[in-house]
Amino acid sequence: MSRPTLHIRNARLIDPCNGIDGRLDLFVADGRIAAIGEPPDGFVAGRTIDAAGLVACPGLVDLSARLGNIETELGAAVAGGVTSLACPPDTRPPLDEPGLVERLVRRSQATGLARVYPIGALTSQLAGERLAEMNGLARAGCIAFSQAKSPLVDTLLLWRALQYAATFGYAVRLRPQDALLAGEGVAHDGEVASRLGLSGIPVCAETVAIATALQLAAETGVRLHFSRLSSAAGVALVRQAVRSGMALTCDVSIHHLHLSEMDIGYFDSNARLDPPLRSSSDRDALRAAAAEGLAAVCSDHTPIDADGKQLPFAEASPGATAIEMLLPLTLLWAEQARLPLPAALARVTCDPAAILGIDAGSLGVGRPADICLFDPAASWRVTTEALRSRGKNTPFLGYELTGQVRLTIVGGRVVYTP
Amino acid sequence: MHNPQLNAQGQLMHLLSIEGLPREVIVHILDTASSFLKVSTREVKKVPLLRGKSVFNVFFENSTRTRTTFEIAAKRLSADVINLDVTRSSTAKGETLLDTVDNLVAMHADMFVVRHAASGAPHLIADHLRRLGRRDVHVVNAGDGRHAHPTQGLLDMYTIRHFKKDFTNLVVAIVGDILHSRVARSDIHALTTLGAAEVRAVGPQTLLPAAIGKLGVRVFHDLRQGLSDCDVVIMLRLQNERMNGALLPSAREYFQCYGLTPETLALARPDAIVMHPGPMNRGVEIDSDVADGKQAVILPQVTFGIAVRMAVMGILAGN
Repeated sequence: MSRPTLHIRNARLIDPCNGIDGRLDLFVADGRIAAIGEPPDGFVAGRTIDAAGLVACPGLVDLSARLGNIETELGAAVAGGVTSLACPPDTRPPLDEPGLVERLVRRSQATGLARVYPIGALTSQLAGERLAEMNGLARAGCIAFSQAKSPLVDTLLLWRALQYAATFGYAVRLRPQDALLAGEGVAHDGEVASRLGLSGIPVCAETVAIATALQLAAETGVRLHFSRLSSAAGVALVRQAVRSGMALTCDVSIHHLHLSEMDIGYFDSNARLDPPLRSSSDRDALRAAAAEGLAAVCSDHTPIDADGKQLPFAEASPGATAIEMLLPLTLLWAEQARLPLPAALARVTCDPAAILGIDAGSLGVGRPADICLFDPAASWRVTTEALRSRGKNTPFLGYELTGQVRLTIVGGRVVYTP
Repeated sequence: MHNPQLNAQGQLMHLLSIEGLPREVIVHILDTASSFLKVSTREVKKVPLLRGKSVFNVFFENSTRTRTTFEIAAKRLSADVINLDVTRSSTAKGETLLDTVDNLVAMHADMFVVRHAASGAPHLIADHLRRLGRRDVHVVNAGDGRHAHPTQGLLDMYTIRHFKKDFTNLVVAIVGDILHSRVARSDIHALTTLGAAEVRAVGPQTLLPAAIGKLGVRVFHDLRQGLSDCDVVIMLRLQNERMNGALLPSAREYFQCYGLTPETLALARPDAIVMHPGPMNRGVEIDSDVADGKQAVILPQVTFGIAVRMAVMGILAGN
């Protein structure tokens, strides 16, 4: 497909990666950023986009988005300004065979929408019994390995998995939750679960898992990433390890920056998330971790059909559709936390790109032209009709959010306009 | 946050939980139950309040006793009562909870009495009926998971009021497996709403919810301290499956530490009453000498339970 050269005029250009925030024109040729400010010599704009009143930033990089129907969900991704996303291995079947990974890569590339980076299964079938063929999976396109939401019970196997991944320099992502301590829990083991009679997941399920993984990882030197921190105590452990010089990264979901256990209200199954929403002081600690740059922010997009949510709270499938709300909820967080816009956008662009080790999240000259143009003042209501994702399951249903994507560009091609 | 069991006028639409019920609503139910108590002792034990109405007992979890008391209450109000043992029928065939509800609505149910193993199931049904626009169909929670058993809570309050008249000077101890008890949660909300002077939760750490203190109770791990100078002792049933394992080493040790015996009861006030939601495990949470003793009001609880359930159904049908 031919890609006309682009000239984006009058936008407020924010590129956190390169410390840019100003009214600068952007020039795109051959799918890459050709120049910023002044056009390169001999540049002829195939298309000029007047972006007055809009912000131009790198396309968002989402550390975790489940796809279900690939075409629909990637459509939702670009509608949310997301141009790269990592897909966790708990697909059906799980991403534990190179063929499955190749198929996912092929099918997502065929859509011409957002770029998809598969995360491979750490163990076969995610069953936690034997290692998956990580080398083959990496060759097929996996950029890291994880157990998704099925934490390893067997500590020895976890140690071996970290050693094996470290052998080849593969990154490992762990959702830190001790399976035995979490048990059958469905909510934070706090006030709301006590009141509603829901089985609780204690904070120690997270801290014990973090402490265990840190000890094992330190032995191996593996590149470790903790996904979806949920507690203040968890953040404290990670912060301490990072300060001691460990090569360690982490992320939080956008839901956990905004919501707490109180949002479960009267058993709202849309607020059944994994990890659970915890107390407001936990939420404040997660906000602080994101603000200081310790944690990146992701959507943890999990589309679930109505049947999976119209059930009693404990029986409902955990997770929320979120990829279309990642940007406006990040803007809302920035406003509430009085965080400069470039710092907030860094958490969903260059920071996750660095964690994934992919060429994205930057508008530097020569980098892929993955761009999001959004109106920072336009507001919209989250309704089932407004969401493109198959999943309508969000605790933000009915919310009025500010910040609407006007144009999304992947590899120099416009892939989304409203 | 909107309370799903009240309508815009603050009237009771469903009885889902005691939490969030205004004091006046609770007192109104207790007063109405008082007037129904006489019906049960008359030669003709019926009033025509629910004549022509269909009450569906939908029990997704086994219970003979609670279902029977609801059935008696509905029949004394002249309702048509249909008992569905859903554990053995629809759900076994893969029908979802809301499918079952839709089918029963299509059969012109006026009221659902629901028991379910999952906390919040009656809320889900009430919310579904609201979305269907069926404000004429009422839900009574007959026990959902660990969450609530509001008619049990109300009959406990009726019993306490009957024997103690006023709540404001009372010290009430709830003893046992509070973690898994919907009765305890309903009693706690009812007692704090009615202004009991002190509500105590007594049990080992393994059987108390993590944030029990946030519910407005005082926590005791020692039974003797917890019973000291109490006016009311509510003993909870210890389920068989909880007796041996990670929560407790054995029923024998539980009885030694938390069983109510004449000796431990003597620490409470001399006129203290002893309650139990039934069925009792004699020799596990309560000694037979106490269960059959003169301070026990366990059988009056059952009698009052029918009047309280009549009151709840009568009030709902009128709103």
